[in-house]
Amino acid sequence: MQYITPLAPAYAEIFLLCMLCAILLLDCFLDDEQRGITYVLTLLTLGGCAIITWVTTTTDPVFTFSGMFVSDLMSSMLKLGIYGSTAMAMVYSQSYIRARDMFRGEFFVLTLFAVLGMMIMVSASHLLTLYLGLELLSLSLYAMIALHRDDAAGTEAAMKYFVLGALASGMLLYGMSMLYGATGSLDLARIADVIEEGGGDRTVLVFALVFIVAGLGFKLSAVPFHMWVPDVYHGAPTAVTLFIGSAPKLAAFAFVMRLLVMGLGADYLVEQWQWMLVIMAVLSLAIGNITAIAQTNLKRMLAYSTISHMGFLLLGVLSGSRDGYSSAMFYVIVYVLMSVGTFGMILLLSRAGFEADKLDDFKGLNARSPWYAFMMLLLMFSMAGVPPAVGFYAKLSVLWAVVDAGFVWLAVVAVLFSLIGAFYYLRIVKLMYFDEPVDASPIAPTASMRWVLSLNGMAILVFGIVPGGLMALCEYSIALSLH
Amino acid sequence: MNISIPILSQIIWVPIFAGIAVLVVGDRRAQAARVISLIGALAGLVVALPLWTQFDRAASEFQFAELSPWIPSFHVNYHLGIDGMSLLLILLNCITTVLVVIAGWSVIQKRVSQYMAAFLMLSGLMNGVFCALDGLLFYVFFEATLIPMFIIIGVWGGPNRVYAAVKFFLYTLMGSLLSLVALIYLFTVSGGSFSLLDFYEVQLPLNVQVLIFAAFMLAFAVKVPMWPVHTWLPDAHVEAPTGGSVVLAAIMLKLGGYGFLRLSLPIVPDASHELAWFVIALSLVAVVYIGLVALVQADMKKLIAYSSISHMGFVTLGIFIFSAQGMEGAILQMISHGFISAAMFLCVGVMYDRMHTRMIADYGGVAHRMPVFAALFMLFAMANSGLPGTSGFVGEWLVILATMKVSFWYSALAATTLIFGAAYTLWMYKRVMFGAVANSHVEELTDLSSREFFVLGVLAVAVLAMGLYPAPLGEVLHESVNEILRLASPGRKLLIGM
Repeated sequence: MQYITPLAPAYAEIFLLCMLCAILLLDCFLDDEQRGITYVLTLLTLGGCAIITWVTTTTDPVFTFSGMFVSDLMSSMLKLGIYGSTAMAMVYSQSYIRARDMFRGEFFVLTLFAVLGMMIMVSASHLLTLYLGLELLSLSLYAMIALHRDDAAGTEAAMKYFVLGALASGMLLYGMSMLYGATGSLDLARIADVIEEGGGDRTVLVFALVFIVAGLGFKLSAVPFHMWVPDVYHGAPTAVTLFIGSAPKLAAFAFVMRLLVMGLGADYLVEQWQWMLVIMAVLSLAIGNITAIAQTNLKRMLAYSTISHMGFLLLGVLSGSRDGYSSAMFYVIVYVLMSVGTFGMILLLSRAGFEADKLDDFKGLNARSPWYAFMMLLLMFSMAGVPPAVGFYAKLSVLWAVVDAGFVWLAVVAVLFSLIGAFYYLRIVKLMYFDEPVDASPIAPTASMRWVLSLNGMAILVFGIVPGGLMALCEYSIALSLH
Repeated sequence: MNISIPILSQIIWVPIFAGIAVLVVGDRRAQAARVISLIGALAGLVVALPLWTQFDRAASEFQFAELSPWIPSFHVNYHLGIDGMSLLLILLNCITTVLVVIAGWSVIQKRVSQYMAAFLMLSGLMNGVFCALDGLLFYVFFEATLIPMFIIIGVWGGPNRVYAAVKFFLYTLMGSLLSLVALIYLFTVSGGSFSLLDFYEVQLPLNVQVLIFAAFMLAFAVKVPMWPVHTWLPDAHVEAPTGGSVVLAAIMLKLGGYGFLRLSLPIVPDASHELAWFVIALSLVAVVYIGLVALVQADMKKLIAYSSISHMGFVTLGIFIFSAQGMEGAILQMISHGFISAAMFLCVGVMYDRMHTRMIADYGGVAHRMPVFAALFMLFAMANSGLPGTSGFVGEWLVILATMKVSFWYSALAATTLIFGAAYTLWMYKRVMFGAVANSHVEELTDLSSREFFVLGVLAVAVLAMGLYPAPLGEVLHESVNEILRLASPGRKLLIGM
């Protein structure tokens, strides 16, 4: 292990924090017409972070802040994914939040704080940094959900999320404190070493594991810790739902990897969490896919679809092999790409005073705009896992890892539930293509939205035809980040 | 330009890119879309023709092979190659696509470019299935065909189209998803390769073979379709537009038979032999029982749909007899059924476009008003009942003959199709075409337009040519069939004591 004093691995975070303060100050001096400057600055900041992350990336893990903070290939890739999906979310949200009087400095500053929290989570190699990042992210999200102050549903969602989130954090902290008690360290690498050498009381460690998995389950929105998801997705303004449904999933994946794989990756603990994850994954697939069928609200439906996708992600992780982890990483990146695009479509159809979050609002989209209907078709088939959309390869790589780990029955279960899942994605395609439109208002997105959304949709197809590169990249970064 | 695209890639990608071009033209310029689709479909046929002339009939290995890495981290390759069976099915597909584009020329007025593009892309994807020599590539093409067909049935279909489209999609998806798990399992046991050629050599214990066979069986049996997983087909056929029914019957059902021959038999030969009785039993049920069901149908399209299931029963029967004769018969039956069912659905389409009803009871005496059509329809009806001299006879006769060598009772049951087939087809023909003119709508019927005549004429020539002189097709098939039988010989790859 290599400790270096310079702050190079954290340059991107430092840059983001500086820019954040600058934007916060600058925004005070802007009036409503000039708010566009904040928006552009936010995008530029994300772009700057991307460049810095790209430049400072090293193939071997580099530690700083006395080993509390690590920069490895996995963290760099996930961070790039976070910047990208956040930037896309900003572009998609622009018209929506303008029309709803949310186009304010707070929205952008909170978003950037959430991004900073995610970056810290992704790069944490110490329980303290992990927890700090998580709380920074969560607190920003609580505020964002309630950003529309007078909206009862939004406030209720924020309240629910806050209470349940606090509970989950509590469990996580309790687990972490037991871990500290058993191993005498908060440093993940040190914890792993102590456990590997046979130190620490096994009973205490397993207890700690249970609490930690429960906390993780909440952050991942896996059953039975999923209760908040439908309400938060539904109640939050769509622009915020889009954000919650995308980048934080990348951070949650890193969270799982750091804690379970890098910290608690000893064989006998793997055996323990493997079965916990099996139960959570199967339940998530079952409840997510079956309940989604009954929804009439698209945002709620997507909430349940998220739950089922997180079940798939867990399948990749629980395989307990490098291939499994890289398949889960591929899955989460693909999922974020699809999720951003789908919520982008809802934002595309919404306008002042109209949310477009009912399933029926998609009726006859093909007659109104064949191009966007085609984009949505790609997104839906990708979510359902039908080739040649990229979602198929994500499911394939996870299934492959699961079969390779000897859980053939689990693959069969997963496949059967994705068959059920295919039904509700198909229903959207049916509404768009087979039904006549009920709403004839023209779809007039801004130029930036048109381009980004089209690129997003085409990416689903292009990565579906040539998925090799992205898969290899995930494999490579996992291989170099685990040691 | 010295960059030459290999021929099999051409036959896959030319129709797909033509489809994209048609989409770009858009629905507002409908006539341009039609012309471009026709050019695209013809181009697809033209690039496929050299396959027929350059195909080496004496070789048993896959020809025109292409191999380049596709997903390196999974060792998945873009691996293409064809044998005689794929060759015939590809040509059938390319011809059908041209006919479908012409048949939809004036009938389709709603979203023309999307309609044509869906058929062109479907054609390219199905060529992909017939060419793929990599398990994953096969699966991707196999699944991807669902999307355009789903759209075709759902957008241009009849009143109950949504139900039919969703049923079609979920049924076929259910079948194929389990085969995906089987493919992944094979990938892990074959030491990390998705190549079908490697799968052919993997040693497997019998119980594993049986499970893999069951997974494949579900996928292909739904596609064929075999009794009792056939119920999606009558719904899909009845609701689909004429072109959709034609492609569904002529090509898509063949994906099932093709899958049995390309995957099930060579990969799990012992399980195939062990369970042959089961498949044969289901096939005989299809031939006899579904034949009887067809007899009582009041809707012409439904009748032809059931007749399709019954005829496809011959395909699975011929395959699982494990003799060269039976297998050749099965493949010829697939080709012949491609022509005949396409023609039958087009004939119903011709009448439906004029009368907007498919009910037999609404017709009567059509022959008085449409003599040319009546003559062509007669030919196809005869072919459908397996009259010697038409293509329908060749495959059925070979299969019955091969079955006779195995068991008298199998072949006796199979031969009932000659009675039932004639009964339901000719009885329908009689009620629709003969007798007095039934009503004022029939009175006003006009005979075939030149476009319709061309389409049906091409099919009539094909049906007769294949019936009178099937030898060239047989020549193409001999070596391929022998190779499949060699791969499917029992005990070749049985792993004992695991």
